[in-house]
Amino acid sequence: MSATQATRPERKKKVAKAAAEQAELAHKCLYYMSLMREVEDRIERKLYRQGKIVGGVYVGRGQEAIPVGTALLAEPDDVLFPSHRDMAVFFIRGVPLGRILAQYMGRVDGLTRGRDGNMHMGDMSRNIVSIISALAATVPVAAGAAMALRYQGKNGVAFSYFGDGATSRGDWHEGVNLATVQKLPVLFICNNNQYAYSTPLSAQMACANVADRGPAYNMPAEIVDGNDVLAVHEATKRAVAHVRSGKGPYLLECKTFRMTGHSAHDAAHYVPQGLFDEWGKLDPITQLEAKMVKNGWADQEELDRVHSRVRSEVDEAVAWAEQSPYPDPSTLLDGVYENQ
Amino acid sequence: MSTTYLEAIREGLWEEMERDPNVFLLGEDIGIYGGAFKVTAGFFEHFGQKRVVDTPISEAAIAGAAIGAGLMGLRPVAEMQFADFISCGFDQIVNFAAKCRYRWNAAVPIVIRAPSGGGIHGGPFHSQNPEMWFVKTPGLKVVAPATAYDAKGLIKSAIRDNDPVIFLEHKALYRRIKEDLPAGDYTVPIGKAKVVREGRDLTIVTYGAMAWVALEAADTLAGEGVSAEVVDLRTLLPLDRETVCESVKKTSKVLLLHEDTRTAGIAGELAISITESVFEYLDGPIVRVTAPDTPVPYSPPLETAFLPNADKVIEKARWLFRY
Repeated sequence: MSATQATRPERKKKVAKAAAEQAELAHKCLYYMSLMREVEDRIERKLYRQGKIVGGVYVGRGQEAIPVGTALLAEPDDVLFPSHRDMAVFFIRGVPLGRILAQYMGRVDGLTRGRDGNMHMGDMSRNIVSIISALAATVPVAAGAAMALRYQGKNGVAFSYFGDGATSRGDWHEGVNLATVQKLPVLFICNNNQYAYSTPLSAQMACANVADRGPAYNMPAEIVDGNDVLAVHEATKRAVAHVRSGKGPYLLECKTFRMTGHSAHDAAHYVPQGLFDEWGKLDPITQLEAKMVKNGWADQEELDRVHSRVRSEVDEAVAWAEQSPYPDPSTLLDGVYENQ
Repeated sequence: MSTTYLEAIREGLWEEMERDPNVFLLGEDIGIYGGAFKVTAGFFEHFGQKRVVDTPISEAAIAGAAIGAGLMGLRPVAEMQFADFISCGFDQIVNFAAKCRYRWNAAVPIVIRAPSGGGIHGGPFHSQNPEMWFVKTPGLKVVAPATAYDAKGLIKSAIRDNDPVIFLEHKALYRRIKEDLPAGDYTVPIGKAKVVREGRDLTIVTYGAMAWVALEAADTLAGEGVSAEVVDLRTLLPLDRETVCESVKKTSKVLLLHEDTRTAGIAGELAISITESVFEYLDGPIVRVTAPDTPVPYSPPLETAFLPNADKVIEKARWLFRY
């Protein structure tokens, strides 16, 4: 008996196992991406319009593959810095949906107890750090968190998320430079959605890709299709392996498109309709579903079940959040300092 | 053996690093070089590069990295080479560090050391007193010691504090003053002013290097039969209004003194606080001696004219005494 013959069944088993894992991963991705789409649709198109959300609303419609494909690879010790278009990071780290909706509605059960709105939230018990409005500000903070991970002897990685616009900021460059010169375990994840508010990328930077900024910092940089969640996941695996092995930061540029205005009040008339049409065909959820059906990982009935499960989870969470009280004005002064 | 103000800060840092392995330092030129003022000389050799981190010239990254490490449970002490450069890291401090606890209940136990103040011919970018940029920011604490004893006790309190602290160390005091410090560990509480000289006729409220100017003026005034009490604020945020008001109740006259420029200096806040709380005790207008509203000039005659000094305080105090 030859060696080839002996290993053939082994190989077959391996291939089957890999396919099953891909199918399972695809199901997981579909769930989180659909959940993000549904929660954000509800927030932007219902609760905001009903006046139940009074402040700014910024969604990641069309960009769901990026937080999902990346954050699924985060280990418990890793620390994540989601941008305002990365809501799924919160789901994956186990933040209950109702608390996210309560956050948007300014209720006490939001992660900031009514002190801040929308995606301006964090939870150190889950190693999620809140953004501030000046979006690149988390980049040096992520470098510091990575410094702490190394200091504490943990093999953790800081996941630093930002958009293309943030890379024009000075603290982005300072943070990336510090992280690279110190070889800190930071994974830089850019959701390049091609618009910073109304400013197109061509008016934002002279290079063609955010990844082009990598070599200036002697940092490996990779461009990935940000609307293909499995591709994002695969690239993240490579990137995380690099960072976790102590080789320093890695820049992952996920090309995508912002399928909305900057915020709920912005109709985005400055975006040519053709771009919406073109990118609409590349919707990450539709693409994943087509792939799942084609590969025999799911049939239409199963896909429908995912969507109805998601809808009922969101119904329940909205109802829960609406029951949450507004904060008591007598708590206004609390918590500016530890002992106040 | 006498300890200078600079040595007191160094001792405080050293002892806290020995006490708590989570304390580490980061900043520009603080490691091998020992810092622009040599506050951290010898730290790199003793504690190693893990705990004494030389950073690029990036104040936003220094402040931001301190915040990130603080959120993860470490106790970073960041050095701004000169307080003037803190403006480069302003957003990180006032929008990130200051608001984390109030917004999402996250502790940012960091200290930002900032050598501030004039009198060393540093010119417009090496002499400023940036305290009020931060005193206006709820969530921060702002400390400005005048003595070696307080500098050591307050740097220790700042490191142990679970909120972000801006630690303003006055450059002109670094090697100019010294005193015998008690052996062993002690702290000075943040948020507590101190009556550093008792008096009956008027109160001078001040902080930082101006505490020494106030004491010098009080000596001269005493020779003229004017008994001046001196209150050293030590912490500017949270502000110890009680100690100030108690002193005003006793003397009924108050002169507010700061090296910071005039408009919207801490004197304005103190004046309204005194008026709100102890107006009926006042026997004269609240007066102030401050730097004028200009950048800090370089040339000696200009800088001397800019800085408050004992003569300016004495003149104003005499007027107030006679009122």
